[in-house]
Amino acid sequence: MSTIPAAPSAATVPPVTQDPVPPKVDRPRRGLNANSPWFPYLLVFPLALILFGYVVQPMFATFAESVGVDGVANYTEFVTGSGVARSALLTSLMISAASVLLCGIVGVAMAFLLKRFSFPGRRLIEAIILVPAALPPLIGAISFQLLYSETGILPRGLQQLLGTENPVLPFTGIAGVLVVHTFTMYPFFYLAASAALVGMDPSVEEAAYNLGASRVRVWRTVLLPMLTPALVSASLLVFMTSLASYTAPLLFGVDRTMTMQIYINRTNGDLPMASTYASVLAVSSVLFLLGMRWYEGRRSYRSQSKGVASHRREITNPLGKWLALVASVLATMVLLAPVATIALVAFSRDGSWTTEVIPSEYTMQNFVTIFSDPGAYRPILNSLQMSLLATVGCVVVGVLIAYAVRRLDFRGRGLLDVAVMLAWALPGTVVAINLISAFSTGNAFSFGQVLIGTFWIMPLAYFVRFLPLVFRSSSATLAQIDPSLEEAARNLGAPWWRAFGTVTLRLMLPGVLAGALLAFVNGVGEFVASVLIYTSETAPISVEINNRMYSFEVGTAAAYGMLQVVLIFLVMVFSGRLQNGGRATREAAKWTA
Amino acid sequence: MIDVTLESVSKRFARAGDTAAVDDVDISIAAGEFFTLLGPSGCGKTTTLRMVAGFYFPTSGRIRFGTEDVTHRPPNKRDTGMVFQNYALFPHMSVAQNVAYGLKIRKVGRAESARRIEEALGQVHLAGYGDRRIDQLSGGQQQRVALARALVIRPRTLLLDEPLSNLDAKLREETRVEIRRIQQEAGTTAIYVTHDQSEAMAMSDRIAVMESGRVRQIGAPQEIYHRPATAFVARFIGRSNVLSLPVVTAAAETVTVGLPDGSETAVAAPTDHGLRAGDTALVSVRPEHLGLTSATEAGALTGRVTEVEFTGMATNLVVEVAGEPVQVAAIDVPDGIAVGDQVGLRLNRDRMWVVRP
Ligand SMILES: Nc1ncnc2c1ncn2[C@@H]1O[C@H](COP(=O)(O)OP(=O)(O)O)[C@@H](O)[C@H]1O
Ligand SMILES: [Mg+2]
Repeated sequence: MSTIPAAPSAATVPPVTQDPVPPKVDRPRRGLNANSPWFPYLLVFPLALILFGYVVQPMFATFAESVGVDGVANYTEFVTGSGVARSALLTSLMISAASVLLCGIVGVAMAFLLKRFSFPGRRLIEAIILVPAALPPLIGAISFQLLYSETGILPRGLQQLLGTENPVLPFTGIAGVLVVHTFTMYPFFYLAASAALVGMDPSVEEAAYNLGASRVRVWRTVLLPMLTPALVSASLLVFMTSLASYTAPLLFGVDRTMTMQIYINRTNGDLPMASTYASVLAVSSVLFLLGMRWYEGRRSYRSQSKGVASHRREITNPLGKWLALVASVLATMVLLAPVATIALVAFSRDGSWTTEVIPSEYTMQNFVTIFSDPGAYRPILNSLQMSLLATVGCVVVGVLIAYAVRRLDFRGRGLLDVAVMLAWALPGTVVAINLISAFSTGNAFSFGQVLIGTFWIMPLAYFVRFLPLVFRSSSATLAQIDPSLEEAARNLGAPWWRAFGTVTLRLMLPGVLAGALLAFVNGVGEFVASVLIYTSETAPISVEINNRMYSFEVGTAAAYGMLQVVLIFLVMVFSGRLQNGGRATREAAKWTA
Repeated sequence: MIDVTLESVSKRFARAGDTAAVDDVDISIAAGEFFTLLGPSGCGKTTTLRMVAGFYFPTSGRIRFGTEDVTHRPPNKRDTGMVFQNYALFPHMSVAQNVAYGLKIRKVGRAESARRIEEALGQVHLAGYGDRRIDQLSGGQQQRVALARALVIRPRTLLLDEPLSNLDAKLREETRVEIRRIQQEAGTTAIYVTHDQSEAMAMSDRIAVMESGRVRQIGAPQEIYHRPATAFVARFIGRSNVLSLPVVTAAAETVTVGLPDGSETAVAAPTDHGLRAGDTALVSVRPEHLGLTSATEAGALTGRVTEVEFTGMATNLVVEVAGEPVQVAAIDVPDGIAVGDQVGLRLNRDRMWVVRP
């Protein structure tokens, strides 16, 4: 029957053609059928296995390690002991709280100034406002050390200028850590607050003035309440990120923080204690993550703006104009100083910079060294290779998880989502300890091999850390694609894989690419996890930078840093040009959309 | 010859609890027929169509194409051509590439493809638009590309899910004529989903009226209009007064009912009406089957005007008869008729019809 045309059309009687393959409709075939209820499980099972094997299971391994020998004692140290554990926990919490406060003040003030006022230099500042935060953590921290520490450019410059005995206003210890945190984390507040300010319907504010409220009262009763959701989310993010921060305490020598204790215990060979710290840190991070999710889920007001842009106030008062101009110039200098410092130092001769304000001897030698000395370019090759491998993994797994979570209906979908989130929430130090705990003996997920001390542990760590970036950007792009496009392709005869490839994946490409580039540059700059698991064969750029800093080869270290800065710059420019690429990149950075 | 059959098809969504989105639906559609699923939003039309397309599998029941059971066949093996409500055109492909997609999968040769694409674009009056990008087209043009893309593969069945709902009123009327013409020329069976009863009436050979997942009536437009099966159908298709009247005597195809003024009248009824003397019958009377006369005319029901709305061609009135509001659409209305007037209503008894609740 099926070969008889159902309608008097030429459906199965193609006109003379050299390609007479009629559509086959007769036999229902068994196979990968995207509509059958078990299809999602077939696709999801390997993904779930990967997330379990490399994210969840290692976390449990760490916990097991921490309670293995006198476990209770390990944990009670945090509550009762007068020793290191308790003070490290308190210091970490205190640094995080202070960071939230400082970032909040700087970020909100910046957002308010840049979104509500119009003054000379505003556009330039808006363009470069994220530059310090875009640096890899290690490079960022080093640049601040070179700028503001006791031996830094600014305190020494002031010392020379004022003729004092000691460097003026040096930032050391915890103060130094806070400077780094403020400069690299205020964007969380800046971005959240400026989005809220831009999205706010100005007529709401006008209504308050119209009803007779003073400016202070409008702030207190209208603006701040409307900004609250953005500020709470940003606070949680900054707190979490500060808690996870490792490079700043390392460079400013603050040993009593959670992350530093993990590192110190690990290098001292006390894995159970390192694991205890890691577990406590992991639990706090996860709690913050859950808190953030809960809060964003219940957040209520969204302004019903009809696309009226909020007005900017022109600064007209002449004194105000002057102040604004001076402040703009200062802000520009402060924002560009870290990159400028790295660039300057990259051309300084190693060992020539001792007590001068800025290096005195300049040379191209550092760049020649890192590209020609086999020992020196080995880390570059390592980083590129390991990051590339990890990125490929992130793309394959991240895209499929995004597809599964967004498009398929299956039991445990929420769990899959949470597992990726977990990878995002865990500090790099914890990720490293987790992998050490899980893979210092062979297990099923390493095919029975010991991975610690091998090449493979490095790309694996990068994969776990940066998978969420690709997942986020893919998921955000996927949300923009109408599911009926894929159905249309299926209806026209495409099997699932073909419909997915030619339509859905093709349309996701800009977002996936943006996420992949982000994962790649992050991988190339990765330090926090690497420093715990590298071997001399697999040392990445960041570890090499750290080692060079130790041996006072600051110029060479900065030259490596410049390389990363250039790579980041290229990626940013390219992502910005991608259709929706910039959007996807931004989406990748935040968890809840 | 039967082309598409749904046998006791039900669909329950896992998340929606126990209620069935589609409940025990039986439909058989003849080859070449233009068949419409009509009903209010949420009644299960899309779900039904998507089961025919293979995007959902029924929870129970069977779907056949001809004699073949396709209940669990994946959508890409069904050879249907679907036009989606939002068109679902591939934004990364040109008009011609969109239309070519199904041909590529069918491995149709290049020359043949080109010829068929041109022919399909010609059919929808888009000849010469092949190189355009999708976002360079108007809504109406996109709609026609979607139609061409579905038609070009010469599907055994064309499936259309509210394809006109995103067009403005005027374009909608033009396009529905076009769709009907193209379907007739191609001779393809079409299953058309809409909630717009006038669209359904104008285009269809037959209509299935759905309510809450069930098919309430299947029939030609005239049949559904003049002999609605249930009160819901009577009210959903056009407007209707459904009067509750006492049954005096009941025969096989007529029921005699008492009117508010005490008189009696015979009303045509379906053979399975199941009514007996003493029951209450639901009688459907369309507003245009009630004539306006003077309150004193013999044999007319009398009532008081409570609403008057002049629409140009006709005047819509609400007349309260024995406490019940009755809608009247009158072509010829005395000037100066106003709320509060006593009027007479003449019943067109041939057009009265007994419906089920
Ligand atoms: N994927 C789904 N999951 C759960 N419920 C659904 C799904 N699709 C449709 N429904 C429900 O099934 C019923 C019928 O929906 P639908 O077929 O889309 O109606 P129509 O097209 O007639 O407006 C509705 O109550 C709807 O909420
Ligand atoms: Mg629908």
